[in-house]
Amino acid sequence: MVDTVTGAGMPALFGARGYPPVLEWIARRAEAFVIPLAALVVGMALFSLFIALVGKSPILLYETMWRGGFGSWFSIQNSLSRAAPLLLAALCVALPARLGLVVIGGEGAIVLGGVGAAAIGVALSGSPSSIVILAMGVAGMAAGGIWIGAVGALRHYRAVNETISSLLMAYIAIALMNQLVERPLRDPASLNKPSTQPLADIYRIGNIPGMDVHWGLVVGVVACVLSWVLIEKTRWGFAARIAGGNVRAAQVQGLAVGPLIVGFTALAGGFAGLAGMLEVAAVQGSANASLAAGYGYTGILVAFLARHNPLAIIPVAILLGGIDASGGLIQRRMDLPDATVLVLQGMIFIVILFSETFYGRFKAFNPDLWKRAS
Amino acid sequence: MDATEIGLWGVPLAILGGAIRVSTPFIFVSLGEAITERSGRINLGLEGTLVFGAMTAYAVAVMTNSPWLGLLAAAFAGLFFGLFHGWICKFRGVNDIAIGIALMLFGSGLAFFFGKPFIKPKAPNLPAIPFGGWSDIPQVQAALDVNVLFLIGAVLSVILWWAFRNTRAGLIVRVVGDSSDAARAMGLNPDTVRLLATGVGGALAGIGGAYLSLYYPGSWTERISSGQGLMAVALVIFARWNPLGCFAAALLFGGAGALGPALQSVGVTQGYYLFYAAPYILTLIIMIVTSSPTRTLAGAPGELSITK
Repeated sequence: MVDTVTGAGMPALFGARGYPPVLEWIARRAEAFVIPLAALVVGMALFSLFIALVGKSPILLYETMWRGGFGSWFSIQNSLSRAAPLLLAALCVALPARLGLVVIGGEGAIVLGGVGAAAIGVALSGSPSSIVILAMGVAGMAAGGIWIGAVGALRHYRAVNETISSLLMAYIAIALMNQLVERPLRDPASLNKPSTQPLADIYRIGNIPGMDVHWGLVVGVVACVLSWVLIEKTRWGFAARIAGGNVRAAQVQGLAVGPLIVGFTALAGGFAGLAGMLEVAAVQGSANASLAAGYGYTGILVAFLARHNPLAIIPVAILLGGIDASGGLIQRRMDLPDATVLVLQGMIFIVILFSETFYGRFKAFNPDLWKRAS
Repeated sequence: MDATEIGLWGVPLAILGGAIRVSTPFIFVSLGEAITERSGRINLGLEGTLVFGAMTAYAVAVMTNSPWLGLLAAAFAGLFFGLFHGWICKFRGVNDIAIGIALMLFGSGLAFFFGKPFIKPKAPNLPAIPFGGWSDIPQVQAALDVNVLFLIGAVLSVILWWAFRNTRAGLIVRVVGDSSDAARAMGLNPDTVRLLATGVGGALAGIGGAYLSLYYPGSWTERISSGQGLMAVALVIFARWNPLGCFAAALLFGGAGALGPALQSVGVTQGYYLFYAAPYILTLIIMIVTSSPTRTLAGAPGELSITK
């Protein structure tokens, strides 16, 4: 899934067909924007049809969705808060995808990252808050990194299919979390909902000044930017893109594909683990079953919509965070089940995957095929 | 207090009974997936099909008061999902694994959407045959209460095993799965064969879902399936695409799934959640042991993306 169009032979074709070079430059890059956007619109149109078929008004639905997601400062902040874990969960899919791996078990890394962070936070209680928060972040990243790194290692060294193994490991992670918060890490005071001991307030992550959105959003955006730099601007990223295009070719070139795969999957899992840590430190205050809230699965959709480009993940995560945030309002105002949002996400996902078939089919995006301007 | 009367014998007995009860959806999903994968495609969306089948079966059974109509409806719903997967995957650049993931989410979402009103009502169950009537011990009777779908599944796996070897249809599916080019040279259209194979696979997964909601656990909830559809896909690889192997592996997985509840029934509650994870751990271990980076799997269809 390497983007073969990016930067392909631009100077050599400089104005060869008599068109302004800038036009060719735009045309070559437009495909990656236009096709996903068109797919998004088609997905939403199909969903309108679905809503009309069940006897509700699609116009009212989108109006409600807009109001619940982006219509007011309050709802925008709500959407941004939900986008924070989605950014990191999407990186857990996008980074391995650049190596040609389909990892879909980010949910497991989120859950274990949250448990690891909560355990460290409770164990170090009494230490200065900056040290504890840092240690929690490291613990969360380590827990998630080991989990998904293992998926990558199994893939490379044992040829175990990473899609299935990562999802199986997500189920195992959730069972592990249930066991840990049920027995060894349980706060005896948590009766109905087994949880770890609550973090003291000084160890919680607060809000960005002037907003009701926690710092996790900034962490997520920074992680996306760093991932983009890693993939596009470093030799490791270059090696990863080669290996993603053709493993054999990369091995012939002498690239250490094994460490590359383990490193990228571990980093990907680390980001998802960080999402779990942020949920604990900024939202929940302790680790419990709420960690498995489905961010890992929505993250898959975010990554595919963004075509595994870390920078594109930022707007897509905010968009899907908004759709997520509007779920409650849709349920209350339109008397639709809360799964409505899931149906919409599923439809968009299918249309996005279908849209892959249109890449390279339109002459408008490929100046090499343009007729000479007379 | 019956469990204490036969003491620890209750554990293997409960595992046996559990293996028969829990394995049935695995049998149907894995047989369906075996047909699909033999044709050269992989459908990870069967998890979503299973959930949607469970919902459809339950809803239709509630409305018509007939579990068999529910079963039929679930099979048709599964057929539809399978045909959709088979159709969309024929387009160039559309990845069958990714579409499967999308259908997994979409099928579950759609099932929750339409299944909301059916969480409360009670549907009639599929019938079971009491093979344990000769015994007075309630645990033995419970363990040998065998649902008809289990028996149908057992027969079906033998029929499929025979059909893959001895029938024209079986040969066509295998040729298409091994080489699209060879199939085209024989005048077969691989896309059509795969469309039908994925459709049949989906229908079988729908039946597996009907078993979940209409027999065991026997109610419709949003948590009805926890990865059975996905484990069945892994199980097919373990079974080397052999229907008889699928049946045996399904029994093994069913037994692993019954381990937690069986131990709980004799009073072992420590580590309950870890025993609950036993089927996932078993699946993972089996995948690790049976995969190899240096050789392709024996019996693997040549066109299958997952083993390439």
